[in-house]
Amino acid sequence: MTRRLGWAPYALLLPSLIYLAIFFATPMAQAFALALQDRDGNWTQASVGRMIGDPNFRDAVTTTIALVILVLPVQFVLAMSMALIINARLKGQGLWLYVYALPLGISELAAGIVWVSIFTQTGWLNTILEGLGLIDRPIIWQSAETPWLLILTIVVAEAWRATSIIMIILVAGLQSIPREFLEAADVYGATTWQKVRRVILPMLRPSLQVALILRTILAFQVFATVIALAGSGVTVLSREAQRWATSIDNDHVAAAYAGLILILSLSATLLFLWLLPTREEHTG
Amino acid sequence: MNATDRPIPLARRGHGAEWYGARTLTYAAASLLAFFVLAPIYLIFVAAVTPRQHAFDYPRAIIPTEISTDTIAFFLNASGVVPSFWRSVQVALITLAIAVLIGAPAGYALARYVFRGRDAYRLAVLSTRAFPIVILAIPLAVTYIRWGLDDSVIGVAFMHTALALPFTVLITSSIFMSVPRDLEEAAQTLGCTPLQAFVKVSLPLALPGLAAAAIFTWVLSWNDVFAASILTLRNPTLPAKILAALTQSPIYYQFAAGFVMLLPSLVVIFFIRRYLLGLWGRVVK
Repeated sequence: MTRRLGWAPYALLLPSLIYLAIFFATPMAQAFALALQDRDGNWTQASVGRMIGDPNFRDAVTTTIALVILVLPVQFVLAMSMALIINARLKGQGLWLYVYALPLGISELAAGIVWVSIFTQTGWLNTILEGLGLIDRPIIWQSAETPWLLILTIVVAEAWRATSIIMIILVAGLQSIPREFLEAADVYGATTWQKVRRVILPMLRPSLQVALILRTILAFQVFATVIALAGSGVTVLSREAQRWATSIDNDHVAAAYAGLILILSLSATLLFLWLLPTREEHTG
Repeated sequence: MNATDRPIPLARRGHGAEWYGARTLTYAAASLLAFFVLAPIYLIFVAAVTPRQHAFDYPRAIIPTEISTDTIAFFLNASGVVPSFWRSVQVALITLAIAVLIGAPAGYALARYVFRGRDAYRLAVLSTRAFPIVILAIPLAVTYIRWGLDDSVIGVAFMHTALALPFTVLITSSIFMSVPRDLEEAAQTLGCTPLQAFVKVSLPLALPGLAAAAIFTWVLSWNDVFAASILTLRNPTLPAKILAALTQSPIYYQFAAGFVMLLPSLVVIFFIRRYLLGLWGRVVK
Protein backbone atom coordinates (compact mmCIF):
# COMPACT_ATOMS: atom_id res chain seq x y z
CA MET A 1 0.00 0.00 0.00
CA THR A 2 1.31 3.44 -0.83
CA ARG A 3 0.57 6.66 0.95
CA ARG A 4 1.56 10.09 -0.17
CA LEU A 5 1.92 11.55 3.31
CA GLY A 6 5.30 10.01 4.17
CA TRP A 7 5.70 12.09 7.31
CA ALA A 8 2.22 11.37 8.70
CA PRO A 9 3.02 8.23 10.72
CA TYR A 10 6.04 9.90 12.28
CA ALA A 11 3.97 12.92 13.29
CA LEU A 12 1.44 10.58 14.88
CA LEU A 13 4.13 8.66 16.79
CA LEU A 14 6.15 11.65 17.92
CA PRO A 15 4.03 12.74 20.94
CA SER A 16 4.15 9.25 22.44
CA LEU A 17 7.91 9.02 21.89
CA ILE A 18 8.53 12.39 23.55
CA TYR A 19 6.27 11.44 26.43
CA LEU A 20 8.00 8.10 27.01
CA ALA A 21 11.41 9.79 26.79
CA ILE A 22 10.48 12.26 29.54
CA PHE A 23 8.44 10.06 31.84
CA PHE A 24 9.87 6.61 31.16
CA ALA A 25 13.43 6.58 29.81
CA THR A 26 14.70 9.54 31.84
CA PRO A 27 13.47 8.36 35.27
CA MET A 28 14.71 4.85 34.44
CA ALA A 29 18.23 6.21 33.93
CA GLN A 30 17.88 8.51 36.92
CA ALA A 31 17.01 5.56 39.13
CA PHE A 32 20.41 4.04 38.47
CA ALA A 33 22.13 7.38 38.93
CA LEU A 34 20.33 7.83 42.26
CA ALA A 35 21.32 4.37 43.43
CA LEU A 36 24.98 4.82 42.51
CA GLN A 37 25.55 8.47 43.45
CA ASP A 38 25.64 10.38 46.71
CA ARG A 39 23.85 13.67 47.39
CA ASP A 40 26.57 15.66 45.64
CA GLY A 41 26.54 13.52 42.51
CA ASN A 42 29.77 11.57 43.20
CA TRP A 43 29.75 7.92 42.16
CA THR A 44 29.65 5.59 45.14
CA GLN A 45 28.43 2.18 46.20
CA ALA A 46 27.44 3.47 49.64
CA SER A 47 23.67 3.25 49.01
CA VAL A 48 23.94 -0.28 47.65
CA GLY A 49 26.04 -1.14 50.69
CA ARG A 50 23.42 0.37 53.01
CA MET A 51 20.71 -1.64 51.28
CA ILE A 52 22.62 -4.91 51.70
CA GLY A 53 23.48 -4.10 55.29
CA ASP A 54 19.87 -3.25 56.15
CA PRO A 55 18.37 -5.74 58.64
CA ASN A 56 15.26 -6.15 56.45
CA PHE A 57 17.26 -6.87 53.29
CA ARG A 58 17.53 -10.64 53.57
CA ASP A 59 13.88 -11.10 54.50
CA ALA A 60 12.83 -8.85 51.59
CA VAL A 61 14.92 -10.79 49.06
CA THR A 62 13.95 -14.27 50.24
CA THR A 63 10.24 -13.47 50.67
CA THR A 64 10.01 -11.83 47.24
CA ILE A 65 11.71 -14.75 45.51
CA ALA A 66 9.73 -17.31 47.53
CA LEU A 67 6.48 -15.58 46.52
CA VAL A 68 7.45 -15.55 42.83
CA ILE A 69 8.36 -19.24 42.92
CA LEU A 70 5.23 -20.27 44.84
CA VAL A 71 2.64 -18.04 43.13
CA LEU A 72 3.50 -18.60 39.46
CA PRO A 73 2.90 -22.40 39.27
CA VAL A 74 -0.41 -22.05 41.17
CA GLN A 75 -1.52 -19.27 38.84
CA PHE A 76 -0.56 -21.16 35.71
CA VAL A 77 -2.39 -24.33 36.74
CA LEU A 78 -5.50 -22.31 37.63
CA ALA A 79 -5.30 -20.16 34.50
CA MET A 80 -4.75 -23.16 32.22
CA SER A 81 -7.74 -24.96 33.76
CA MET A 82 -9.92 -21.87 33.33
CA ALA A 83 -8.75 -21.38 29.73
CA LEU A 84 -9.45 -25.03 28.82
CA ILE A 85 -12.90 -24.76 30.40
CA ILE A 86 -13.66 -21.61 28.40
CA ASN A 87 -12.43 -23.37 25.28
CA ALA A 88 -14.66 -26.40 25.99
CA ARG A 89 -17.65 -24.17 25.12
CA LEU A 90 -19.92 -24.95 28.02
CA LYS A 91 -23.38 -23.41 28.15
CA GLY A 92 -23.11 -19.74 29.09
CA GLN A 93 -19.57 -19.49 27.76
CA GLY A 94 -19.53 -15.68 28.02
CA LEU A 95 -20.64 -15.84 31.65
CA TRP A 96 -17.82 -18.20 32.65
CA LEU A 97 -15.30 -15.91 30.97
CA TYR A 98 -16.77 -12.88 32.72
CA VAL A 99 -16.63 -14.57 36.13
CA TYR A 100 -13.04 -15.75 35.67
CA ALA A 101 -12.02 -12.29 34.42
CA LEU A 102 -13.63 -10.44 37.34
CA PRO A 103 -10.44 -10.09 39.42
CA LEU A 104 -8.71 -8.43 36.44
CA GLY A 105 -9.76 -4.99 37.63
CA ILE A 106 -9.28 -5.58 41.35
CA SER A 107 -6.37 -3.74 42.91
CA GLU A 108 -3.67 -5.38 44.98
CA LEU A 109 -4.76 -3.46 48.06
CA ALA A 110 -8.44 -4.36 47.69
CA ALA A 111 -7.53 -8.02 47.09
CA GLY A 112 -5.31 -8.01 50.18
CA ILE A 113 -8.15 -6.63 52.30
CA VAL A 114 -10.63 -9.15 50.87
CA TRP A 115 -8.38 -11.97 52.05
CA VAL A 116 -7.81 -10.27 55.41
CA SER A 117 -11.56 -10.68 55.97
CA ILE A 118 -11.08 -14.39 55.27
CA PHE A 119 -7.88 -15.11 57.18
CA THR A 120 -8.31 -12.83 60.17
CA GLN A 121 -8.75 -14.71 63.45
CA THR A 122 -12.48 -13.96 63.68
CA GLY A 123 -12.80 -14.21 59.92
CA TRP A 124 -14.58 -16.30 57.33
CA LEU A 125 -12.14 -19.21 57.05
CA ASN A 126 -12.23 -20.01 60.76
CA THR A 127 -16.02 -19.56 60.77
CA ILE A 128 -16.39 -22.06 57.95
CA LEU A 129 -13.86 -24.58 59.30
CA GLU A 130 -15.51 -24.49 62.72
CA GLY A 131 -18.96 -24.72 61.17
CA LEU A 132 -17.83 -27.90 59.39
CA GLY A 133 -16.48 -29.23 62.67
CA LEU A 134 -12.90 -29.38 61.41
CA ILE A 135 -11.45 -27.19 64.20
CA ASP A 136 -12.49 -26.47 67.81
CA ARG A 137 -11.10 -22.98 68.12
CA PRO A 138 -9.98 -20.32 65.67
CA ILE A 139 -6.59 -20.83 64.05
CA ILE A 140 -4.25 -17.82 63.95
CA TRP A 141 -3.31 -17.61 60.28
CA GLN A 142 -1.67 -14.21 60.42
CA SER A 143 1.11 -14.09 62.96
CA ALA A 144 4.65 -12.80 62.66
CA GLU A 145 5.73 -15.99 64.44
CA THR A 146 4.66 -18.17 61.51
CA PRO A 147 6.02 -16.28 58.48
CA TRP A 148 5.47 -19.29 56.19
CA LEU A 149 1.73 -19.14 56.97
CA LEU A 150 1.77 -15.42 56.15
CA ILE A 151 3.46 -16.20 52.85
CA LEU A 152 0.83 -18.86 52.17
CA THR A 153 -2.01 -16.37 52.70
CA ILE A 154 -0.29 -13.98 50.27
CA VAL A 155 0.07 -16.77 47.70
CA VAL A 156 -3.66 -17.52 47.92
CA ALA A 157 -4.60 -13.84 47.61
CA GLU A 158 -2.27 -13.29 44.65
CA ALA A 159 -3.51 -16.47 42.95
CA TRP A 160 -7.04 -15.15 43.36
CA ARG A 161 -6.26 -11.63 42.10
CA ALA A 162 -3.76 -12.09 39.30
CA THR A 163 -4.73 -15.35 37.59
CA SER A 164 -7.26 -13.68 35.26
CA ILE A 165 -4.64 -11.88 33.19
CA ILE A 166 -2.89 -15.19 32.43
CA MET A 167 -6.24 -16.83 31.73
CA ILE A 168 -7.16 -14.12 29.18
CA ILE A 169 -3.81 -14.46 27.39
CA LEU A 170 -4.17 -18.26 27.28
CA VAL A 171 -7.79 -18.16 26.05
CA ALA A 172 -6.74 -15.82 23.25
CA GLY A 173 -3.90 -18.22 22.45
CA LEU A 174 -6.19 -21.26 22.49
CA GLN A 175 -8.61 -19.60 20.10
CA SER A 176 -5.83 -19.18 17.57
CA ILE A 177 -5.24 -22.96 17.48
CA PRO A 178 -7.03 -24.27 14.38
CA ARG A 179 -9.89 -26.54 15.44
CA GLU A 180 -8.94 -29.02 12.69
CA PHE A 181 -5.80 -29.88 14.68
CA LEU A 182 -7.85 -30.98 17.67
CA GLU A 183 -10.38 -32.73 15.46
CA ALA A 184 -7.54 -34.60 13.78
CA ALA A 185 -6.31 -35.65 17.22
CA ASP A 186 -9.84 -36.87 17.97
CA VAL A 187 -9.91 -38.90 14.79
CA TYR A 188 -6.72 -40.63 15.85
CA GLY A 189 -8.29 -41.39 19.21
CA ALA A 190 -6.24 -39.07 21.38
CA THR A 191 -7.31 -38.75 25.00
CA THR A 192 -7.96 -35.31 26.48
CA TRP A 193 -4.62 -35.44 28.27
CA GLN A 194 -2.81 -36.39 25.05
CA LYS A 195 -4.48 -33.50 23.25
CA VAL A 196 -3.36 -31.07 25.94
CA ARG A 197 0.15 -32.47 26.05
CA ARG A 198 0.81 -32.99 22.32
CA VAL A 199 -1.28 -30.35 20.55
CA ILE A 200 -2.41 -27.58 22.87
CA LEU A 201 0.71 -26.98 24.97
CA PRO A 202 3.18 -26.85 22.05
CA MET A 203 0.91 -24.52 20.07
CA LEU A 204 0.32 -22.38 23.12
CA ARG A 205 4.00 -21.83 23.72
CA PRO A 206 4.18 -18.18 22.56
CA SER A 207 1.19 -17.24 24.72
CA LEU A 208 2.62 -19.13 27.69
CA GLN A 209 5.93 -17.36 27.29
CA VAL A 210 4.33 -13.91 27.15
CA ALA A 211 2.10 -14.64 30.15
CA LEU A 212 5.01 -16.04 32.11
CA ILE A 213 7.24 -13.02 31.51
CA LEU A 214 4.45 -10.52 32.17
CA ARG A 215 3.38 -12.20 35.40
CA THR A 216 6.93 -12.68 36.66
CA ILE A 217 7.74 -8.99 36.24
CA LEU A 218 4.57 -8.10 38.13
CA ALA A 219 5.21 -10.75 40.80
CA PHE A 220 8.59 -9.22 41.64
CA GLN A 221 6.76 -5.96 42.42
CA VAL A 222 4.23 -7.49 44.83
CA PHE A 223 3.46 -4.77 47.36
CA ALA A 224 0.06 -3.91 48.83
CA THR A 225 -1.16 -7.50 49.22
CA VAL A 226 1.85 -8.14 51.44
CA ILE A 227 1.23 -5.06 53.59
CA ALA A 228 -2.48 -5.82 53.98
CA LEU A 229 -2.02 -9.50 54.86
CA ALA A 230 1.34 -9.67 56.60
CA GLY A 231 1.51 -6.32 58.40
CA SER A 232 5.04 -6.18 59.70
CA GLY A 233 5.36 -9.98 59.69
CA VAL A 234 7.27 -10.32 56.43
CA THR A 235 8.56 -7.73 54.00
CA VAL A 236 9.28 -7.62 50.25
CA LEU A 237 11.58 -5.58 47.99
CA SER A 238 9.03 -3.04 46.74
CA ARG A 239 7.87 -2.41 50.27
CA GLU A 240 11.43 -1.68 51.38
CA ALA A 241 11.83 0.65 48.39
CA GLN A 242 8.68 2.50 49.45
CA ARG A 243 9.78 2.60 53.11
CA TRP A 244 13.17 4.11 52.22
CA ALA A 245 11.54 6.61 49.84
CA THR A 246 8.90 7.80 52.33
CA SER A 247 9.40 7.18 56.06
CA ILE A 248 13.21 7.13 55.94
CA ASP A 249 13.37 9.69 53.13
CA ASN A 250 16.52 8.30 51.51
CA ASP A 251 15.88 8.14 47.77
CA HIS A 252 19.31 6.66 47.09
CA VAL A 253 18.70 3.43 49.01
CA ALA A 254 15.12 3.33 47.68
CA ALA A 255 16.51 3.54 44.14
CA ALA A 256 18.97 0.74 44.95
CA TYR A 257 16.02 -1.48 45.92
CA ALA A 258 14.17 -0.48 42.73
CA GLY A 259 17.29 -1.30 40.70
CA LEU A 260 17.50 -4.70 42.34
CA ILE A 261 13.87 -5.41 41.37
CA LEU A 262 14.71 -4.42 37.79
CA ILE A 263 17.78 -6.66 37.67
CA LEU A 264 15.82 -9.62 39.08
CA SER A 265 12.93 -9.21 36.63
CA LEU A 266 15.22 -8.77 33.64
CA SER A 267 17.19 -11.88 34.63
CA ALA A 268 13.97 -13.86 34.94
CA THR A 269 12.80 -12.58 31.54
CA LEU A 270 16.07 -13.62 29.90
CA LEU A 271 15.90 -16.98 31.66
CA PHE A 272 12.41 -17.64 30.28
CA LEU A 273 13.40 -16.52 26.79
CA TRP A 274 16.28 -18.98 26.96
CA LEU A 275 14.29 -21.84 28.50
CA LEU A 276 11.22 -21.46 26.28
CA PRO A 277 12.46 -20.38 22.88
CA THR A 278 9.72 -19.70 20.36
CA ARG A 279 10.13 -19.64 16.63
CA GLU A 280 10.09 -16.25 14.94
CA GLU A 281 6.51 -15.13 14.63
CA HIS A 282 5.26 -13.46 11.52
CA THR A 283 2.25 -11.69 12.85
CA GLY A 284 1.55 -8.12 11.92
CA MET B 1 -4.11 -47.07 23.49
CA ASN B 2 -5.76 -48.96 20.69
CA ALA B 3 -7.46 -46.54 18.35
CA THR B 4 -9.63 -49.22 16.78
CA ASP B 5 -11.45 -49.80 20.08
CA ARG B 6 -13.08 -46.43 19.90
CA PRO B 7 -16.12 -45.27 18.01
CA ILE B 8 -13.93 -42.76 16.32
CA PRO B 9 -15.60 -39.46 15.47
CA LEU B 10 -18.73 -40.05 17.54
CA ALA B 11 -16.87 -39.86 20.84
CA ARG B 12 -16.26 -36.22 20.09
CA ARG B 13 -19.67 -34.78 19.37
CA GLY B 14 -21.83 -37.80 20.07
CA HIS B 15 -23.87 -38.54 23.13
CA GLY B 16 -22.11 -41.54 24.57
CA ALA B 17 -21.91 -42.01 28.33
CA GLU B 18 -18.22 -41.14 28.16
CA TRP B 19 -19.03 -37.78 26.59
CA TYR B 20 -21.62 -36.96 29.23
CA GLY B 21 -19.24 -38.00 31.98
CA ALA B 22 -16.48 -35.73 30.72
CA ARG B 23 -19.01 -32.92 30.28
CA THR B 24 -20.26 -33.25 33.87
CA LEU B 25 -16.71 -33.24 35.15
CA THR B 26 -15.94 -30.09 33.17
CA TYR B 27 -19.02 -28.35 34.62
CA ALA B 28 -17.97 -29.39 38.12
CA ALA B 29 -14.45 -28.00 37.65
CA ALA B 30 -15.85 -24.83 36.08
CA SER B 31 -18.18 -24.29 39.03
CA LEU B 32 -15.44 -24.92 41.55
CA LEU B 33 -13.20 -22.31 39.94
CA ALA B 34 -16.10 -19.86 39.71
CA PHE B 35 -16.74 -20.42 43.41
CA PHE B 36 -13.09 -19.62 44.18
CA VAL B 37 -13.42 -16.33 42.28
CA LEU B 38 -16.86 -15.30 43.52
CA ALA B 39 -16.90 -16.41 47.18
CA PRO B 40 -14.32 -13.82 48.39
CA ILE B 41 -16.26 -11.05 46.61
CA TYR B 42 -19.45 -12.12 48.36
CA LEU B 43 -17.67 -12.37 51.71
CA ILE B 44 -16.17 -8.85 51.56
CA PHE B 45 -19.65 -7.59 50.63
CA VAL B 46 -21.13 -9.26 53.72
CA ALA B 47 -18.28 -7.93 55.86
CA ALA B 48 -18.87 -4.40 54.57
CA VAL B 49 -22.65 -4.44 55.19
CA THR B 50 -22.30 -5.85 58.72
CA PRO B 51 -22.76 -3.04 61.26
CA ARG B 52 -19.71 -2.08 63.28
CA GLN B 53 -20.87 -3.57 66.59
CA HIS B 54 -20.97 -7.01 64.96
CA ALA B 55 -17.58 -6.67 63.24
CA PHE B 56 -15.85 -8.88 65.79
CA ASP B 57 -18.65 -11.43 66.19
CA TYR B 58 -17.41 -14.99 65.96
CA PRO B 59 -18.47 -17.21 64.32
CA ARG B 60 -19.51 -14.70 61.66
CA ALA B 61 -22.93 -14.83 60.00
CA ILE B 62 -22.35 -15.97 56.41
CA ILE B 63 -25.86 -14.88 55.41
CA PRO B 64 -26.34 -11.34 56.74
CA THR B 65 -29.47 -10.85 58.87
CA GLU B 66 -29.61 -7.18 57.90
CA ILE B 67 -27.88 -5.06 55.30
CA SER B 68 -26.55 -2.00 57.05
CA THR B 69 -24.71 1.01 55.65
CA ASP B 70 -23.20 1.70 59.08
CA THR B 71 -19.68 0.41 58.33
CA ILE B 72 -19.48 1.98 54.86
CA ALA B 73 -20.79 5.30 56.20
CA PHE B 74 -18.17 5.20 58.96
CA PHE B 75 -15.44 4.70 56.34
CA LEU B 76 -16.73 7.45 54.04
CA ASN B 77 -16.98 9.86 56.98
CA ALA B 78 -13.47 9.09 58.22
CA SER B 79 -11.23 12.13 57.82
CA GLY B 80 -9.61 12.52 54.43
CA VAL B 81 -11.45 9.70 52.68
CA VAL B 82 -13.80 11.75 50.49
CA PRO B 83 -11.12 14.24 49.33
CA SER B 84 -8.77 11.36 48.50
CA PHE B 85 -11.60 9.64 46.63
CA TRP B 86 -12.06 12.72 44.41
CA ARG B 87 -8.31 13.00 43.94
CA SER B 88 -8.25 9.41 42.66
CA VAL B 89 -11.11 10.14 40.26
CA GLN B 90 -9.27 13.22 38.94
CA VAL B 91 -5.97 11.38 38.56
CA ALA B 92 -7.66 8.55 36.66
CA LEU B 93 -9.56 10.93 34.36
CA ILE B 94 -6.45 12.98 33.53
CA THR B 95 -4.48 9.77 32.93
CA LEU B 96 -7.18 8.48 30.62
CA ALA B 97 -7.33 11.77 28.71
CA ILE B 98 -3.56 12.10 28.14
CA ALA B 99 -3.05 8.41 27.39
CA VAL B 100 -5.78 8.32 24.73
CA LEU B 101 -4.81 11.70 23.28
CA ILE B 102 -1.17 10.67 22.84
CA GLY B 103 -1.56 6.91 22.47
CA ALA B 104 -4.44 6.59 20.00
CA PRO B 105 -2.67 8.52 17.16
CA ALA B 106 0.37 6.28 17.60
CA GLY B 107 -1.85 3.20 17.59
CA TYR B 108 -3.51 4.46 14.42
CA ALA B 109 -0.13 5.00 12.74
CA LEU B 110 0.95 1.45 13.63
CA ALA B 111 -2.29 0.01 12.25
CA ARG B 112 -2.55 1.99 9.03
CA TYR B 113 0.90 2.90 7.72
CA VAL B 114 3.88 0.88 6.58
CA PHE B 115 6.96 2.94 7.32
CA ARG B 116 10.62 2.67 8.23
CA GLY B 117 11.08 2.23 11.97
CA ARG B 118 7.61 0.74 12.53
CA ASP B 119 8.94 -2.50 13.96
CA ALA B 120 11.57 -0.70 16.03
CA TYR B 121 8.88 1.52 17.54
CA ARG B 122 6.64 -1.48 18.27
CA LEU B 123 9.51 -3.30 19.92
CA ALA B 124 10.44 -0.25 22.00
CA VAL B 125 6.87 0.09 23.22
CA LEU B 126 6.62 -3.64 23.97
CA SER B 127 9.91 -3.66 25.84
CA THR B 128 8.70 -1.00 28.30
CA ARG B 129 6.78 -3.81 29.91
CA ALA B 130 9.98 -5.59 30.86
CA PHE B 131 10.71 -2.72 33.24
CA PRO B 132 9.03 -2.79 36.63
CA ILE B 133 7.10 0.45 37.17
CA VAL B 134 8.36 0.50 40.74
CA ILE B 135 11.49 2.04 39.28
CA LEU B 136 9.76 5.14 37.87
CA ALA B 137 8.13 6.45 41.03
CA ILE B 138 11.30 7.04 43.06
CA PRO B 139 13.28 9.25 40.62
CA LEU B 140 10.05 11.01 39.59
CA ALA B 141 9.41 11.93 43.23
CA VAL B 142 12.80 13.68 43.22
CA THR B 143 12.17 15.37 39.86
CA TYR B 144 8.68 16.52 40.89
CA ILE B 145 10.08 18.49 43.82
CA ARG B 146 12.20 20.43 41.31
CA TRP B 147 9.22 20.94 39.00
CA GLY B 148 6.85 21.86 41.82
CA LEU B 149 4.66 18.84 41.04
CA ASP B 150 5.24 17.00 44.32
CA ASP B 151 2.09 15.90 46.14
CA SER B 152 -0.06 16.95 43.17
CA VAL B 153 -2.84 15.25 41.24
CA ILE B 154 -1.25 16.08 37.89
CA GLY B 155 2.11 14.61 38.98
CA VAL B 156 0.54 11.24 39.79
CA ALA B 157 -1.44 11.38 36.53
CA PHE B 158 1.76 11.97 34.51
CA MET B 159 3.34 8.90 36.12
CA HIS B 160 0.22 6.78 35.55
CA THR B 161 0.18 7.88 31.92
CA ALA B 162 3.73 6.63 31.47
CA LEU B 163 2.50 3.33 32.85
CA ALA B 164 -0.62 3.18 30.68
CA LEU B 165 0.69 4.62 27.41
CA PRO B 166 2.36 1.47 26.01
CA PHE B 167 -0.87 -0.47 26.60
CA THR B 168 -2.97 2.29 25.03
CA VAL B 169 -0.75 2.36 21.92
CA LEU B 170 -0.84 -1.41 21.41
CA ILE B 171 -4.53 -1.77 22.23
CA THR B 172 -5.63 1.09 19.97
CA SER B 173 -3.46 -0.24 17.16
CA SER B 174 -5.20 -3.63 17.38
CA ILE B 175 -8.58 -1.88 17.45
CA PHE B 176 -7.83 0.17 14.33
CA MET B 177 -6.51 -2.95 12.60
CA SER B 178 -9.92 -4.56 13.12
CA VAL B 179 -11.61 -1.64 11.33
CA PRO B 180 -11.29 -2.44 7.61
CA ARG B 181 -9.16 0.15 5.87
CA ASP B 182 -11.05 -0.37 2.59
CA LEU B 183 -13.87 1.67 4.06
CA GLU B 184 -11.54 4.56 4.78
CA GLU B 185 -10.07 4.33 1.28
CA ALA B 186 -13.54 4.23 -0.25
CA ALA B 187 -14.37 7.44 1.62
CA GLN B 188 -11.21 9.01 0.21
CA THR B 189 -12.08 8.06 -3.38
CA LEU B 190 -15.45 9.71 -2.77
CA GLY B 191 -13.67 12.96 -2.01
CA CYS B 192 -12.89 12.88 1.71
CA THR B 193 -9.51 14.09 2.96
CA PRO B 194 -7.60 11.47 5.01
CA LEU B 195 -8.65 13.30 8.18
CA GLN B 196 -12.31 13.38 7.16
CA ALA B 197 -12.17 9.72 6.22
CA PHE B 198 -10.80 8.94 9.66
CA VAL B 199 -13.30 11.07 11.58
CA LYS B 200 -16.36 10.00 9.59
CA VAL B 201 -15.58 6.33 8.95
CA SER B 202 -12.90 4.74 11.13
CA LEU B 203 -13.50 6.63 14.36
CA PRO B 204 -17.18 5.73 14.78
CA LEU B 205 -16.40 2.06 14.08
CA ALA B 206 -13.47 2.06 16.49
CA LEU B 207 -15.32 3.96 19.21
CA PRO B 208 -16.61 1.03 21.33
CA GLY B 209 -13.14 -0.55 21.38
CA LEU B 210 -11.54 2.79 22.18
CA ALA B 211 -13.99 3.28 25.03
CA ALA B 212 -13.07 -0.14 26.41
CA ALA B 213 -9.38 0.72 26.16
CA ALA B 214 -10.01 4.04 27.90
CA ILE B 215 -11.92 2.35 30.70
CA PHE B 216 -9.07 -0.08 31.20
CA THR B 217 -6.61 2.81 31.42
CA TRP B 218 -8.87 4.29 34.07
CA VAL B 219 -8.69 1.06 36.10
CA LEU B 220 -4.91 0.96 35.81
CA SER B 221 -4.72 4.38 37.42
CA TRP B 222 -7.51 3.81 39.96
CA ASN B 223 -5.74 0.70 41.27
CA ASP B 224 -2.19 1.99 41.59
CA VAL B 225 -1.07 2.19 45.17
CA PHE B 226 2.73 1.93 45.03
CA ALA B 227 3.49 5.02 42.93
CA ALA B 228 0.73 7.04 44.57
CA SER B 229 2.04 6.25 48.04
CA ILE B 230 5.47 7.59 47.06
CA LEU B 231 4.33 10.61 45.03
CA THR B 232 1.58 11.83 47.37
CA LEU B 233 2.13 12.13 51.09
CA ARG B 234 -0.05 14.98 52.38
CA ASN B 235 -2.61 14.82 49.54
CA PRO B 236 -2.96 11.07 48.96
CA THR B 237 -5.12 9.30 46.39
CA LEU B 238 -7.68 6.86 47.79
CA PRO B 239 -5.48 3.71 47.71
CA ALA B 240 -2.53 5.65 49.16
CA LYS B 241 -4.80 7.02 51.90
CA ILE B 242 -6.13 3.56 52.76
CA LEU B 243 -2.65 2.04 52.71
CA ALA B 244 -1.35 4.70 55.10
CA ALA B 245 -4.33 4.17 57.43
CA LEU B 246 -4.15 0.37 57.27
CA THR B 247 -2.05 -0.33 60.35
CA GLN B 248 -3.88 1.99 62.74
CA SER B 249 -7.42 1.48 61.48
CA PRO B 250 -10.06 -0.87 62.94
CA ILE B 251 -10.85 -3.94 60.90
CA TYR B 252 -14.33 -2.70 59.86
CA TYR B 253 -12.67 0.37 58.28
CA GLN B 254 -10.58 -2.04 56.20
CA PHE B 255 -13.62 -4.11 55.17
CA ALA B 256 -15.49 -1.02 53.96
CA ALA B 257 -12.37 0.33 52.25
CA GLY B 258 -11.77 -2.97 50.45
CA PHE B 259 -15.37 -3.13 49.29
CA VAL B 260 -15.47 0.51 48.12
CA MET B 261 -12.26 0.00 46.10
CA LEU B 262 -13.50 -3.30 44.65
CA LEU B 263 -16.92 -2.12 43.48
CA PRO B 264 -15.87 0.07 40.50
CA SER B 265 -13.61 -2.66 39.12
CA LEU B 266 -16.49 -5.16 39.03
CA VAL B 267 -18.66 -2.66 37.15
CA VAL B 268 -15.83 -1.83 34.74
CA ILE B 269 -15.15 -5.46 33.84
CA PHE B 270 -18.87 -5.87 33.19
CA PHE B 271 -18.85 -3.03 30.67
CA ILE B 272 -15.73 -4.16 28.82
CA ARG B 273 -16.44 -7.89 29.05
CA ARG B 274 -16.87 -8.30 25.30
CA TYR B 275 -13.53 -6.63 24.62
CA LEU B 276 -11.46 -8.54 27.18
CA LEU B 277 -10.01 -11.03 24.71
CA GLY B 278 -9.45 -8.34 22.11
CA LEU B 279 -7.80 -6.00 24.58
CA TRP B 280 -5.37 -8.48 26.02
CA GLY B 281 -5.30 -11.39 23.65
CA ARG B 282 -4.22 -9.49 20.59
CA VAL B 283 -1.86 -7.18 22.41
CA VAL B 284 0.50 -9.97 23.35
CA LYS B 285 1.37 -10.80 19.74
